[in-house]
Amino acid sequence: MKISYYPGCTLKNHAKNFEDSSLFALSHLGVDVQELSRWNCCGTVFSLATDDLMHHLAPIRNLIRVKEAESDKVMTPCAMCYNTLKRANEYVKNNPENLDKINQFMYREKIEYKGDVEILHLLELLKDEVKFDHIKKKMTKPLSDLKVASYYGCYLVRPQSIGIDDAENPTIIEELISLLGAQPIDFPYKTECCGAYQTVDKPEVVAERTFQILQSVQSKQADVVVVSCPLCAFNLDHRQKETEQIYPEFKNIPILYFTQLMAIAFGCPEDVLKFDLHYIDPKSILKKKGLI
Amino acid sequence: MIIKISKNNVRNKFVKKVEELSGQDLLACYQCGKCSAGCPAVSQMDILPNQIIRLAQLGLKNELFKSKSIWVCASCMTCNTRCPKGINIAEVIEAVRQILLRKRKDHVEIKNLTEEEKSCVPPIALIANFRKFTG
Repeated sequence: MKISYYPGCTLKNHAKNFEDSSLFALSHLGVDVQELSRWNCCGTVFSLATDDLMHHLAPIRNLIRVKEAESDKVMTPCAMCYNTLKRANEYVKNNPENLDKINQFMYREKIEYKGDVEILHLLELLKDEVKFDHIKKKMTKPLSDLKVASYYGCYLVRPQSIGIDDAENPTIIEELISLLGAQPIDFPYKTECCGAYQTVDKPEVVAERTFQILQSVQSKQADVVVVSCPLCAFNLDHRQKETEQIYPEFKNIPILYFTQLMAIAFGCPEDVLKFDLHYIDPKSILKKKGLI
Repeated sequence: MIIKISKNNVRNKFVKKVEELSGQDLLACYQCGKCSAGCPAVSQMDILPNQIIRLAQLGLKNELFKSKSIWVCASCMTCNTRCPKGINIAEVIEAVRQILLRKRKDHVEIKNLTEEEKSCVPPIALIANFRKFTG
């Protein structure tokens, strides 16, 4: 299966741990993905105004790149990229007149986009095409005795029309966690917004969200939290610094990408995990459980 | 505080613009409050999501323009998911933000952000913030 890989702006720097662990896991599973050539930022958010075509150009241009790569499937690990690309794609598929305007505006592109690219989040690829049974067979180090809370955030599951799982009670990451040998810990705030881009100009808003979400996790005694979005990772991990200033009783908890756990279960070398990019160090809990 | 409710406001240009930009039928809302109950940002808000819809229905644009709520919204779509009438409240809030941003007044002054503020956050945060908060 020829699948294009779309990393997005942050996986090459702040979230290199997400990229490296995802690509290691995919390679271990025998899945061949090709990074898109000349990809641009997807825009990160889908514009909600009905008259705004300008903000749809960035995601649609990436889909033209997919067609240029002679592929019709693109996969991304980043939840925000997935959400933006998918919603832009659905928008143009449902509005052929506006798709035409967008194509006319991007007249210097060699290909006119027809709405025929399929966009997958990495979790969908793993569940529907690679299959969880195959993942279980390829595991070399079960993550025994590790209690993992799966945080979905917003963009993986909302709006429901493009969500990869149920918007109120998704379970796909927990299923993956279980088969990797770890113990999934459910908690009520797993789809509660982390505050996203408020972190730039209103970090105190995010510190409050982080406190509420992680307090909910800790009440269930999880060891670590896994996420699928570099912005959620930043807010839940790095903003713990602001949270502990407002709430001195707050207890830190490491935040990991679900692909880092997969990579560990597949016996990866430690440099794939790039733990130096984390604020709360996951090494001590993982060493304690005998996983690294 | 005096709020003037009048027939002239209820179908004024502002209301029509909000409906046009959001693509939503404001009068479909019957104020059940599920949007506000689910909104994760309410602790930081001055007017609640259901109140935003009510003010928009009544054409009370000044209250909306002054509010902190529309800038604390992160478009998480919880309100949309919960609304029993299928109204996209997030789109309505985006419409009010857009009306203000299109007056050439950005919510975030990029030149006022420090180097530290800009470099410590990932690119995804900066881009999303500027897309939502600048015109």
